[in-house]
Amino acid sequence: MTQSHVLASTVLVVEEQVSFTLPALCRASGAEPELLAALVGEGLLEPSGQGLADWAFGGDALRQARQAMRLARDLDLDPSAVVLVMGLLAEIDRLRGQLARH
Amino acid sequence: MEFKDYYDVLGVERTATRDEIKRAYRKLARKFHPDVSSEPDAEARFKAVAEAHEALIDVERRAAYDEIARQHANGQPFEPPPGWDSGFEYSGAGPGGMRGRQPGAGSADGADFSQFFESLFGRDGAGDDPDVHRSRTGNARAHGRDHHAKVAIDLLDAYRGAVRTISLRTPTTDAAGQVTMQTRQLEVAVPKGVRHGQHLRLAGQGAPGQGGAPAGDLFLEIEILPHPVFRLDGADIQFELPLAPWEAALGATVTVPTPDGSVQLGVPPGSGQGRRLRLKGKGLSGKVPGDLYAVLTIALPPSASEAEQAAYRAFAQAFAGFDARAALEV
Repeated sequence: MTQSHVLASTVLVVEEQVSFTLPALCRASGAEPELLAALVGEGLLEPSGQGLADWAFGGDALRQARQAMRLARDLDLDPSAVVLVMGLLAEIDRLRGQLARH
Repeated sequence: MEFKDYYDVLGVERTATRDEIKRAYRKLARKFHPDVSSEPDAEARFKAVAEAHEALIDVERRAAYDEIARQHANGQPFEPPPGWDSGFEYSGAGPGGMRGRQPGAGSADGADFSQFFESLFGRDGAGDDPDVHRSRTGNARAHGRDHHAKVAIDLLDAYRGAVRTISLRTPTTDAAGQVTMQTRQLEVAVPKGVRHGQHLRLAGQGAPGQGGAPAGDLFLEIEILPHPVFRLDGADIQFELPLAPWEAALGATVTVPTPDGSVQLGVPPGSGQGRRLRLKGKGLSGKVPGDLYAVLTIALPPSASEAEQAAYRAFAQAFAGFDARAALEV
């Protein structure tokens, strides 16, 4: 067994400190660029920059892209269905949170 | 290793057509997919279903499996006989590719198929090195794949920050092309204020690159374990604060727990059940720090002794005009 130590300075909180280019988000999420481009088209992902080559995604895009990739792959959903399902799941989450508060 | 009855997992007959297998998979996948299911063992069930589908939807894999299945019953110990698959030639991934064949760093990636599956079809049935992210131009220089794992931490570790040692199982290919699981330990500084569901990026801790290309990164998804007193709501933390009826009615200064230790909290007079008292900025830290909320509950004192009962009777007399059920209008 090998033991490595990772220093605090190399640990970043993705949602707050990291942004992704399109190839980097593909690599990190396992999603194909076609799916990510379709999710941008559907308005789920909102990168800054004009064309594909200039896109910069915020750190939140990792969680969204991974979930979208799993739903598309495992349930054979097309991008618009993926976005619909993710919207409904977020709504369920919000309502569950509200329920827990009262 | 136990023999797995993939037909049983999908609930289909051995004679099921490809369409029937696909339909059964879809139905179970919608029921148990970890992203949409609230079933308690959804993740394990989904893995089993995805694995059964992967084995049976591909004609070649199914034929090979059926051959072995003829000699085994579900749950019986199973060892693949040497050279059992010599009569089969795999052309690679079936339609749709190898579902769930993403390389998993850590045991919780949700993508690893069982040892049984891998003993039959290999760790990587598609024939590609799963750890190398190939460029589409076929360039030999290839960026190492990014890995994902989950790490569970206590709420107080998220609040204060902590150093945690995590063990990760990573598939590694040796010189002979044999894939073995290697365990490595990483000491990770969990930043203060990290939220449930956020990801940490450990640069260069994924799979090694090829041809001098950089290694991939390791992403750790944070799971914050439930705490007996404090409950997380995004960056806010809340806890229940029980009060005696007179404290709630007359106001009081009470000692309350916070993740930083105990503090004195002033409860205003006339505080009813469910009122939320806010300790600003005492939630998880961050660009926008969360708040800590004490949610008031009223504790009913016992009425066991004669003196206690007399006190309740005096209470009732003092509030002769009070109707607890006025709102019911009965």
